[in-house]
Amino acid sequence: MHLTLEFGGGLELLLENSTKVHKVEITTSKDGQGKVTTPKEGQDKVTMKSLLSWVKDNLIKERPEMFVKGDSVRPGVLVLVNDCDWELCGGLDAELEEKDVVVFISTLHGG
Amino acid sequence: MDGPAADGARLPPPRAGSRLCVRCGERKAALKRPKTLEQICRECFYIVFEDEIHQTIVENSLFKAGERVAIGASGGKDSTVLAYVLSELNRHHNYGLDLFLLSIDEGITGYRDDSLETVKRNEIQYGLPLKIVSYKDLYGWTMDDIVKAIGLKNNCTFCGVFRRQALDRGAALLKADKIVTGHNADDIAETVLLNILRGDIARLSRCTFITTGEDGPIPRCKPFKYTYEKEIVMYAYFKKLDYFSTECIYSPNAYRGFAREFIKDLERMRPRAILDIIKSGENFRISTTTRMPEQGTCERCGYISSQKLCKACVLLDGLNRGLPKLGIGRTKSGAGADSDGKQRTKRSERRNTSLQGKHGNFDF
Repeated sequence: MHLTLEFGGGLELLLENSTKVHKVEITTSKDGQGKVTTPKEGQDKVTMKSLLSWVKDNLIKERPEMFVKGDSVRPGVLVLVNDCDWELCGGLDAELEEKDVVVFISTLHGG
Repeated sequence: MDGPAADGARLPPPRAGSRLCVRCGERKAALKRPKTLEQICRECFYIVFEDEIHQTIVENSLFKAGERVAIGASGGKDSTVLAYVLSELNRHHNYGLDLFLLSIDEGITGYRDDSLETVKRNEIQYGLPLKIVSYKDLYGWTMDDIVKAIGLKNNCTFCGVFRRQALDRGAALLKADKIVTGHNADDIAETVLLNILRGDIARLSRCTFITTGEDGPIPRCKPFKYTYEKEIVMYAYFKKLDYFSTECIYSPNAYRGFAREFIKDLERMRPRAILDIIKSGENFRISTTTRMPEQGTCERCGYISSQKLCKACVLLDGLNRGLPKLGIGRTKSGAGADSDGKQRTKRSERRNTSLQGKHGNFDF
């Protein structure tokens, strides 16, 4: 599945070269090595929860605790799926679809 | 996942998030408001967000027509949104304010020079004149110089004390009647907690005031006192406002960080907690037997101070005499609950043994 991930509000600093926009392909089959796969065969779904762990393992280069806490984002990190607050689309259980745009913005930096 | 045929062949399926705005009932909701838990669309969000700030300004009589108002602008999210919203409201509601951006250049290479670039763009984007005042001009030292002299331990004390005065001095220099800052509801809740944790009764009682320094030459106010950080960031994101977001290279500020994280954890469980902490702060009764510091003025520079010399002058003295530790972790200028010298000495001794070093760097 192809997704566009955007990091802002300082979160981009945790990524390689501080790149803000990442076009990624997340494999949903079992063979994807080093990539998070969906929990069970036949469930071709990527949820926000599995995306977060994929991002943590594949994109975050330093201080992962600035991004995740437990199995969710760190409180104070805003998440939007296709420009909609993820709190309105199911949070961790939100299911992603092809070409979705997921934005992560930290609010934790000074203002 | 559903195969390529699904793409473009149908309208987006009704997803969990495709609920309608509770305000207009027409457009798709774009966010959940932490204050009310309402789901609203982008357009309605802009309206309620701006309107609540307008109401705050009107109900608290923050401004008078004709006033010259300095917007403390760091280039970060809060001050950027404040500059944008205030200039909009000033136009729409005819406040009649003469607004300008006031930035402090602490002299931190790789941090402030970058964020000042953001403020310079804001100057053009929002059509607000920008004035920059530097620590170097005001104090003869940049933060880079100070860090060279004192290391990375207590530098935030210097920066915090100097910045507070710098905004006042800059505003005075530019003949402002008022200063506005972008402190938001989350910041204020955090400060209430910190003042409780530090037993700082004087600051606890005034940190929730929407306007402070009314007896001084230039009052300060916080139009975002009731505005959630989440909404400020959402507003900036949806409106594509240009702001700068890098942590200061010198500031770990661990203690405030813990309070901040705690507030964010509470917010996730119960967003109202932020407003409730502010409310608690507002309603504390300070016992009449608690000694409050008497506000006077600094003998050297005339700035408000409860001591003979203000904190900035004490710190500067230390720097200029090559004793930069002078004034660190001893008295809390302007905030100590003691006003007579004897008691002060005792206290500072006590602080020296138990608190110095660990607590030196969160003076605000």
